[in-house]
Amino acid sequence: MSKIGVFVCHCGENIAATVDCEKVANTAAKFDGVEFATDYKYMCSDPGQNLIKNAIKEHHLDGVVVASCSPRMHEPTFRKACSEAGLNPFMCEVANIREHCSWVHEKGDATTQKAIDIVRGLVEKVSRDHPLESIHVPITKKALVIGGGIAGIQASLDIANAGHKVILIERDPSIGGHMSQLSETFPTLDCSQCILTPRMVEVAQHPNITLYTYAELEKLEGFIGNFKATIRLKAKSIDEDVCTGCGTCTTKCPTKKIPSEFNQGLGNRTAIYVPFPQAVPNKPVIDKDHCLHYQKGVCGLCEKVCPTHAIHFGQDDSFITEDVGAVVLATGFNVLNTDFFPEYGYGKYKDVITGLQFERLASASGPTSGEIRRPSDGKIPQKIVFIACAGSRDPAKGIPYCSKICCMYTAKHAMLYQHKVHDGESTVFYMDIRAAGKNYEEFVRRAIEEDGVNYVRGRVARVYEKDGKLIVKGVDTLLGAKPVEIEADMVVLATAGVANAGAEELAQKLHVSYDPYHFFAEAHPKLRPVETNTAGIYLAGACQAPKDIPDTVAAASGAAVKVAGLFSQPDLVREPIIAKVNRMPPPVFSTCVGCFMCETACPYNAIEREEIKDRRSGKVIKTIAKVNPGLCQGCGTCVSFCRSKSIDMQGFSNEEMFAEVQALLED
Amino acid sequence: MKIGFYPGCSLKGTSREYNESVQAICKALDVELVTIKDWNCCGATAAHSMNRALSLALPARVLALAEQQGMDEIVVPCASCYNRLSVTQYELANDENLKKEVVDAMGLPYEGKVRILNVIQMIEKYLLDVIPAKVTSKFEHAVACYYGCLLVRPHKILNFDRVEDPQSMDRIISLIGGTPIDWGFKTECCGAGLSVSRTDLVAKLSANIVKDAADRGAKAIIVACPMCHSNLDMRRPDINEVLDSPIDIPVLYITQAIGLAIGLSVEELGLQRHFVKVNL
Repeated sequence: MSKIGVFVCHCGENIAATVDCEKVANTAAKFDGVEFATDYKYMCSDPGQNLIKNAIKEHHLDGVVVASCSPRMHEPTFRKACSEAGLNPFMCEVANIREHCSWVHEKGDATTQKAIDIVRGLVEKVSRDHPLESIHVPITKKALVIGGGIAGIQASLDIANAGHKVILIERDPSIGGHMSQLSETFPTLDCSQCILTPRMVEVAQHPNITLYTYAELEKLEGFIGNFKATIRLKAKSIDEDVCTGCGTCTTKCPTKKIPSEFNQGLGNRTAIYVPFPQAVPNKPVIDKDHCLHYQKGVCGLCEKVCPTHAIHFGQDDSFITEDVGAVVLATGFNVLNTDFFPEYGYGKYKDVITGLQFERLASASGPTSGEIRRPSDGKIPQKIVFIACAGSRDPAKGIPYCSKICCMYTAKHAMLYQHKVHDGESTVFYMDIRAAGKNYEEFVRRAIEEDGVNYVRGRVARVYEKDGKLIVKGVDTLLGAKPVEIEADMVVLATAGVANAGAEELAQKLHVSYDPYHFFAEAHPKLRPVETNTAGIYLAGACQAPKDIPDTVAAASGAAVKVAGLFSQPDLVREPIIAKVNRMPPPVFSTCVGCFMCETACPYNAIEREEIKDRRSGKVIKTIAKVNPGLCQGCGTCVSFCRSKSIDMQGFSNEEMFAEVQALLED
Repeated sequence: MKIGFYPGCSLKGTSREYNESVQAICKALDVELVTIKDWNCCGATAAHSMNRALSLALPARVLALAEQQGMDEIVVPCASCYNRLSVTQYELANDENLKKEVVDAMGLPYEGKVRILNVIQMIEKYLLDVIPAKVTSKFEHAVACYYGCLLVRPHKILNFDRVEDPQSMDRIISLIGGTPIDWGFKTECCGAGLSVSRTDLVAKLSANIVKDAADRGAKAIIVACPMCHSNLDMRRPDINEVLDSPIDIPVLYITQAIGLAIGLSVEELGLQRHFVKVNL
């Protein structure tokens, strides 16, 4: 016969105003197996906890039911108190008579009766509970950071500076990401590359960071603290150890007309190339899709001119595996291309460009060396129109969200244009100006008031070309919806920020959830913004949602702290609320028949196969399922799938749950 | 092949030539159009700006008649009728109470299952494969395909073509040997029903359309809407008053262009009825 204690909390008036707590305690005292029952005003207070501790000792209780608020609030509190009094913490259950009862019903006998029923259910459950031990999982103290933009760079540096090893992988030939493409940054107009490149160099030189560029994650197995990452190192076709980065090959390469990704198609690059002068590592790769050697079997000029014989045409992709304890996703974002917009010419007008292309035009390292010249004929545009919210906040375009960065960079673009073309005329069409950030509003006012940018509140219905001009037809909603028509030389679309290419595929590979727009989902939008729902995988930057540089860096540091926090523990302690396959003495071993329905049902890949072997002959007697305690999240899907009822949830076994439900249904 | 047919008022009046050309090409391409018996006006602009219930009941009755007469698909050449019928079907499908109210008012059973096609959709669905073999004299002209407002909007309901930059007529014109030009006014408003009350506005709006088409070298404007046609064609003297120099490029229905390509006569296609003479 068990000895159970029942402790009914008044929660001030939260419970006591509608539930007769004293009656609940008195009734519970008469339940089978209940040794002691009482009520108290605040059970979570120190005296309340002491009440529980003393009762455990005095009455030698082997189970405790605290009838109070939701277990999400104080279950840890009460379990800790029990544990301090010598009771296994998992022998303490919380009966939720606040959220499930007092808060949602009127004062009355029925409400008190419901509270009694809830308590009876938990008493029945706790009398069948088993003591459980927390799970300890070792941690590999090395992090994998995916993506080498500013988010990945910041996260890597912060983790590395905390003393842990970092593997940073980047799919492009250089780290730097979008930030390396930007001209100046708002709201201070400091040069993007000037503030970024020192960090890129720091990454390359940091003793704790191993950098793999031109590399992608192939596969991730394992669980928090114990991941195994397989990384594909794409063939660069050069021997990096031998290459000195002299650049002779890139100057001699005859294939020179490949649209440069770094310059957003506004400039060209060669087939063997370094994406930009400050690239890290500053060593070229061969783009096999455009190289004459790979495509037609000719040329080989780079191989001939290379003074160190670093060109290796025969190189293949290679794979490495790394054990890591945590993963930071920092895969960034992209912007829509102009061809998404039929009303703005469907990408057929050369002088309708994206904001990112404008960055390249305004950048000293760009195709025009920082002069604003239109792509079609290289002329300096005298009239320029910026269209904010191109795609964003437009459910008809499938993008209801705000891309967040456009208001600010559009103000910056217009400002840069006015600084470079003094007699030029710039117009910004906007829906609202969202300038919430430190010194952001002041920055926009500066564009309007000091630099004379013409801000028009209204949408642009259409852009079409006529006699070498782009006719921009919009509306000024602040002037009574007056139609506005501007003959512009160039139009810049602040196109919506979207998830990066391959985001969905990567999310599925990592079992990380994502939103309908393929941005990775955080575990909680407010309180767990840099964690994913998969333990040990964290988010940094714009792979989660469009973010500007300050927010990205803050998120990256946040993710790094989460990783460092994880690595600061000797091992990982997890609640033992996980599934378990039953085991029995020979010759049955387990009722599991090895159908592995559970394996297909498990969303966390936590089901493994265990071979039961004859001790003498080593022959396999049967193969049964085994739950990996590190991976199992205790969702219980396998339990409902199991045909032979061989899997049960620890702490929520079928027996425990049925007993609770049956007790609830009793009159 | 048989298909239901709802002419609407315009095709019996100001745009008889649209009706004639639709009938003529369908006959030539072996499509039998079965007119809905006892059809009524769809309510057009008047009803839906004055009385919502009426603006739904009138098209609903047309759809109910089509159902009653065993039609599962109807062709509606007039863009405005097409729009009103489609909007009615959509609104009734999404509001049970409204549907009941309208059904009670018209006193006919209504399911809302009839598929509504405009002329372009009918051509795309049934005639794209048939036309090339029948082309006797290629329609070798540079033309501006003008879609106007009602064929493509609201996109959520009509779900026809690319709303900002429709292509369907351009494709048909290419198919019969023509060259659709790229221009900026494909879906701009012609002034529509203001034709009568504010002819000055219609002249101004339609002038933009005609001028851009002519400036870009179009030898004709191709339409699939009686309202667009009458504004660009019948109101041409008013348009020319607004313009610096008069423009005399004709306005043809898409069905007339196809008719010319498959060798039908000017009279069969009603081309002699236009205000701006057709000399192609």
